[in-house]
Amino acid sequence: MSSLTSALPPAHGTGARIARWGLYLILLLFAAYYLLPLLLMIATSFKSPEEIRTGSLLSLPRDFSLDAWSYAWNRACIGADCRGMAPYFLNSLVIVGPAVVISTFFGALNGYALTKWRFRGANIVFGMILFGSFLPSQVILLPMAQTLGFLGLAGSAGGLILVHVVYGLAFTTLFFRNYYVSIPDDLVKAATIDGAGFFQIFTKIMLPLSLPILVVTIIWQFTQIWNDFLFGASFAAGGAQPVTVALNNLVNTTTGVKQYNVDMAAAMIAGLPTLVVYVLAGKYFIRGLTAGSVKG
Amino acid sequence: MATLSINNVRKQYGSVEVLKGIDLDLTDGEFLVLLGPSGCGKSTLLNMIAGLETISAGEIRIDQRVVNEVHPKDRDIAMVFQSYALYPNMTVARNIGFSLEMRGQAKPEREGAVRRVAKLLQIEHLLDRKPAQLSGGQRQRVAMGRALVRDPKVFLFDEPLSNLDAKLRVDMRTEIKKLHQRLGTTVVYVTHDQIEAMTLASRIAIMKEGVVQQFAPPQEVYERPANMYVASFIGSPTMNFVRGTLSAEGDRLGVSIGRERSGFLPLFQAPEQAGSWLGQEVILGIRPEAITCYDPAIAAGNPALVKVACGVNVLEPTGADTITYVELNGHEVVARIKPSDRVAEGGTADFMIDMARANLFDPKTEQRI
Repeated sequence: MSSLTSALPPAHGTGARIARWGLYLILLLFAAYYLLPLLLMIATSFKSPEEIRTGSLLSLPRDFSLDAWSYAWNRACIGADCRGMAPYFLNSLVIVGPAVVISTFFGALNGYALTKWRFRGANIVFGMILFGSFLPSQVILLPMAQTLGFLGLAGSAGGLILVHVVYGLAFTTLFFRNYYVSIPDDLVKAATIDGAGFFQIFTKIMLPLSLPILVVTIIWQFTQIWNDFLFGASFAAGGAQPVTVALNNLVNTTTGVKQYNVDMAAAMIAGLPTLVVYVLAGKYFIRGLTAGSVKG
Repeated sequence: MATLSINNVRKQYGSVEVLKGIDLDLTDGEFLVLLGPSGCGKSTLLNMIAGLETISAGEIRIDQRVVNEVHPKDRDIAMVFQSYALYPNMTVARNIGFSLEMRGQAKPEREGAVRRVAKLLQIEHLLDRKPAQLSGGQRQRVAMGRALVRDPKVFLFDEPLSNLDAKLRVDMRTEIKKLHQRLGTTVVYVTHDQIEAMTLASRIAIMKEGVVQQFAPPQEVYERPANMYVASFIGSPTMNFVRGTLSAEGDRLGVSIGRERSGFLPLFQAPEQAGSWLGQEVILGIRPEAITCYDPAIAAGNPALVKVACGVNVLEPTGADTITYVELNGHEVVARIKPSDRVAEGGTADFMIDMARANLFDPKTEQRI
C-alpha cells in the first residue's frame, strides 16, 4: 500500500491541496451514491410497516426488528406458495454449485488444450468460443428452449445448470486461455519428456498453478449465475425457480398494503451470497486479475 | 550411453524449410555441440531428437533404433531447458523425482534415486524448497538433477547456461564438463556461445540457415575452418580476411596483397589445389594470434614466419594480451601481441606472420581451398 501513496508526487501549494480535497469530495459523493440505496434497503428491512409509513425514508430504524427478515425467509407468499424465499434460495444453491464447478473445470481444460496442445486452427476455435461471450443472452433463449425440450430437461434444475454451463464456457475458456498463455510451454515439454500425459500434466502441473485465475473464474461465474434472472425465468418452472425469479414474484404478488420491509429483506437475502463471496475472496479477485506470468 | 545418428533429417513448416538435410553421427559418449546464431535451426534439431517436434524427412536413430515415431518419454532421453522449466508447484525433490513418479516407480526407490542425484550435484540441502526460493545457479542444478535421475541414454541441453550471470556460467560450464567426464553419457548441447562450444565439445556442428557448415572437433574447426562463415563465427577477435592474388615467386607459392612487392606472403605448406589458383584472386585468412611482434630469435628457428613492416593504428590492451590494429599493405588487420611488446600507436613496427596457420578461401563460394 505504501508504494501506492508514494507513487503520487506529494502535493505542494494551496492549489494542489484544493485539488486534492476536491478529488476526495468527488470520491465521497460517488461512494454515497452507490452506498445510499444499500443503506436504505437495510434500514427499511429492519423497520415496522408503521414506521415506514410515518417516518422519513432515510431515517434509521427506531425499533429494530427482524420480523421482516424471518417473514421473507419462510412465510412470504410467492404466487400461491407461502413458504417464503427459503426453498428458492436452496434452488439457486443447487443450480449455482454444479454450474460453477462444471463450467470452471471445462473452461480450464479448454484453456489448457488451446494453449499447450496447439492444433491446426486452434486460434479459429478460440475466436469462435470468444464470440460466444459477446452473444446477448436473449438470442439463445429459443434454440435453448428447443434443445432442453429435446433433452427432456425443460423446466428442471438440471436444464438450468446445462444452460449456465454452456453459456459460461465462453467466459471461463477466455479466462483460462489468457492465463495459460503466460505459463511457459517448456513446462509442458519437460513434463512430456518426464512421461506425463495430457491429463497428468493438467492435474499435476497446470491446475496447481491456476489458483489466482480459478478464484477469478469462480467469483465471476458465481455472480453471473446467482444474479441471472432471464434464464431462470425462461427455463425453470414453478418450484425449480431460482431466488431472483422468486424475489420478482414476491414483490409483484403482494396484495393489500405493500410490505416494503419484507420486499427489502427478501432482496437482501437474494443479494447476500454474492456480497459474501466478494468480501471473502475479493482480494484474491484483484490479485488474480493482475496476476502475470509464473516464474519458474 | 548410446550412439546417435541423424540421417538426412529435414524439417518443413509449410513451404519454409528450416532444416535442409542434416547428417550427424555420434559415437557412444560423445559431446556434440550444435552451434549457430539464432534461427539457424539448432534448437529445432534438438527438439526433433527429443521428440517434441515431428521429423519431416530423414531418420534419427538412438542406439540403432529409429525413433522418428517414438514418444519422447520412450526415447530414453532427458532434456535441460534454457528456462529450466522446473515445476513451480513442486518441491525440488519432487521435481527431480517427477519422471520416476510418472513411470510408476515405488516411493522408496524414488527417494533413493533423488538423494543420489542431489548428492552428486550438491543440492541435498535444497530438496524441500520450491523453485521460487532458489537462485539461478541452484535452479540450474535442479534442472540437471531432473535430467540425471533417470540415467538416460542421451542428454539434451538447450542453451542451459544462457540465463546465468557471467561468473556462474563459467563455473557451471566446468561442472557440466566434469559431469560428462564422470558419467560418459552421450550429450547433444545447443548454444550460440562459441566459448561454450569450444570448451565442452568433443565435436562441434556449426549450423547456418538449416545447413551444417562443418562437423569436426573444436581444434580442427578453429584451425581449419571449412568456410569463411565458420572462420568468422569462431574466435574472438575474428579471423582477418585479406584479399590478394595467388602468385609465385621463384618456386614458392604465395599471396600478393597490395600493389607493392613487399606484399608477397609465401605460403608455408600450400594446399594441393593451390597451383590451379595461380594468378587468381583468393582470400587469405589469418587468426590474430598468428600475427605477433617480430622477434629475430624466434623467426630464425621457424621458416613459416614471415617478417612484415606494419603501421600501428590502435592498441586495445585486454590484460593478458594486447589487441593491435595494424596496417598491412593497405589492409587493416588485427594482431594479438604480448603486453610486453611495446609498440607505439601511430608508429611503424616489424611484425611476423605465421603462414603455417594461414587459410585460403575462394572469394566466390567462400569455401576453404
